[in-house]
Amino acid sequence: MSLLDVQDLAVSLPLSLGLSGAFKPKTARRLEIFSDISFAVAAGETLGLVGESGSGKTTLARALLGLTPTQAGRITFDGRLRATQADFAQMRRTSAMMFQDAVASLSPRMTVGALLAEPLIIHGQAPRDLAAKVADMLHLVGLTADFAARYPHELSGGQARRVGVARALALNPKLVIADEPTAGLDVSVQGEILNLMRDLKTRLGLSYLIISHNLAMIRHVSDRIAVMYLGRLVEIGPTRAVFAQPLHPYAQSLIAAEPLPDPRKRRADLAISGEIPSLLHRPKGCVFQSRCPQAQALCRSDAPVLRALGPNRLVRCHFADPARLQED
Amino acid sequence: MKPPLLEITDLSVAYQTDTGPVMALRGANLVARAGEVIGIVGESGCGKSTLAAAVMNLLPATAKVTGGAVRFLGQDILTLAPQAQRALRGTAMAMIFQDPMTAFNPVLTIGDHLVDFQHQSRAPYRAKLARARDQLALVGLSDPDVILRRYPHQLSGGMRQRVAIAAALLMNPQVLVADEPTTALDVTTEAQILHLLRNLRQTYQGTIVVISHHLGVVAELCDRVYVMYAGQVVEQAMVDDLFHAARHPYTRALLACDPASFPNLTPVLPTIPGRLPDLRDPPKGCSFAPRCALRSARCTVAPPWAQVSPSHGVLCHEVGA
Ligand SMILES: Nc1ncnc2c1ncn2[C@@H]1O[C@H](COP(=O)(O)OP(=O)(O)OP(=O)(O)O)[C@@H](O)[C@H]1O
Ligand SMILES: Nc1ncnc2c1ncn2[C@@H]1O[C@H](COP(=O)(O)OP(=O)(O)OP(=O)(O)O)[C@@H](O)[C@H]1O
Ligand code: SF4
Ligand SMILES: [Mg+2]
Ligand SMILES: [Mg+2]
Repeated sequence: MSLLDVQDLAVSLPLSLGLSGAFKPKTARRLEIFSDISFAVAAGETLGLVGESGSGKTTLARALLGLTPTQAGRITFDGRLRATQADFAQMRRTSAMMFQDAVASLSPRMTVGALLAEPLIIHGQAPRDLAAKVADMLHLVGLTADFAARYPHELSGGQARRVGVARALALNPKLVIADEPTAGLDVSVQGEILNLMRDLKTRLGLSYLIISHNLAMIRHVSDRIAVMYLGRLVEIGPTRAVFAQPLHPYAQSLIAAEPLPDPRKRRADLAISGEIPSLLHRPKGCVFQSRCPQAQALCRSDAPVLRALGPNRLVRCHFADPARLQED
Repeated sequence: MKPPLLEITDLSVAYQTDTGPVMALRGANLVARAGEVIGIVGESGCGKSTLAAAVMNLLPATAKVTGGAVRFLGQDILTLAPQAQRALRGTAMAMIFQDPMTAFNPVLTIGDHLVDFQHQSRAPYRAKLARARDQLALVGLSDPDVILRRYPHQLSGGMRQRVAIAAALLMNPQVLVADEPTTALDVTTEAQILHLLRNLRQTYQGTIVVISHHLGVVAELCDRVYVMYAGQVVEQAMVDDLFHAARHPYTRALLACDPASFPNLTPVLPTIPGRLPDLRDPPKGCSFAPRCALRSARCTVAPPWAQVSPSHGVLCHEVGA
């Protein structure tokens, strides 16, 4: 059974443009951030979430933990429907979030030691020798015990990120939602953190939802991946299969655009062309229609639904066809 | 001969902390000429952002330059009066920060910021706003008029990063220092930004210094690369040599860890065993020695800088000379 199950989730925010939003007219326009989001994460599974920047990944992560109100849909976690603030508060005790802005998410007035002890104290799980526990936590993420005395602004970007990892793992969560957990880390430390996360996963049966723009990393650590574009999941499937043969045109261009660590393999035309659409002017029909190289008339009038194509594979495109692609 | 746009010589910087000074930079050297894109890579905590902050004269009060110089067109900028430093920063030099959120004031709109950044210019307000709008469009943000009225927290991480890039380009700087300019972006947007930066280099004959952990970005964008370790430059090479003929054991270990370089899935990602040395008490010999596979008896003495070719240098006893 799934640890986390999400059905038809939608979030829209009141469209307040600067101060004019303070007047709150009754017919306030709302800005749809995402809708029709359905997926599940099994116990012990890692789901990677990738996609366009601004497509709603962070907002989705926040909504999953009840930190952003939703307008539609259902979130089931650990066998219980989560709807009220009390439900989410309970859920947050067994699931943790690693935030995208590592430094900004650490309170500047607290030392690293206090930041790591805080979740333990709040949830009444502080051991007698708190200092030793904090030292252990630092050690777990590859920092020495003397970091406990430092303030967040005294850390490098990567060190702050490691503190974020240690904090997220403090309460032995069942689910960790990690928003860009390795951004700003060199590849060796990145490997260390991912190995650590994987190790905890096998030891403690953790589940992860990892959001990242780093496709190489996602490919190595995720069991399945979900691809998001402009507030819609456009493809979900087993990692290996999706990378070997992405079926949605956006997923195809995303995977093709990854810069390779070899200057002899530079590409002149890396980017997909076309204006990046905005949430304010969502294209009619398919969300990707305005930039899609395979778009047809149907794509401009009708929105495709997420359909099953092959085992565990869902794709939101009128024309995606695994059989046709395999022949190429 | 004209002096290089940017020249850093023997720069040392220490941060004061409760547990003693942290030697974040120890004699770092770097040269950037007009038209070049320079890459800086290295272990997290090795001093890359410190180097960038020193170049921009933006080191925090607890940091002290303990030696060396930073020259812009031959002039030492660390000794300039604060006002002259600010003027330089507003026009000739600009920076894109690693954490874009810290570069913005939460109570000001993006438009306020972008107009404010042009305070050195005498153009009327409307013209500044129009320029801000154009820059937002240039970095691929749709609806620039809407973005101008938004507050920083109302943008996604990647949108903020693009705003930061637009802000840095406002005054056509000759030296642009970009600390992780594309980590917050999806790879297709990243590709567009790399394109943009590459084209800029051709059109404006300035220099771009890019700090990145993404080796693919460095390979794609840079002409020449500096590799740093524990506050020092340990290797400098043309980009092709760096990726195909790296010499320094740290560089080689770093390249071997990149998950992008092995196609087959592996359950355990490679890492470099051991830790970055404690910068409050840096080792006397080679800083990489405790983690180095090639370590020998002479590595307990600090290695000299050695040119293995006119364009390729390395700080190592075993592979130098
Ligand atoms: N508080 C807010 N008010 C208004 N709009 C918001 C707010 N927070 C987010 N948004 C908008 O919601 C959209 C999705 O943002 P989100 O941060 O979820 O994107 P993301 O997929 O995480 O992007 P990135 O990869 O760049 O981090 C963006 O267009 C953003 O401008
Ligand atoms: N304000 C400060 N006070 C004390 N130490 C600091 C301060 N800022 C940075 N340091 C330390 O100086 C060293 C260099 O930090 P810097 O931020 O330059 O590293 P970096 O190479 O940019 O790392 P990253 O890749 O993680 O961003 C680190 O060990 C860091 O802990
Ligand atoms: S539905 Fe049409 S526009 Fe959308 S991705 Fe498929 S082919 Fe492209
Ligand atoms: Mg985000
Ligand atoms: Mg840094």
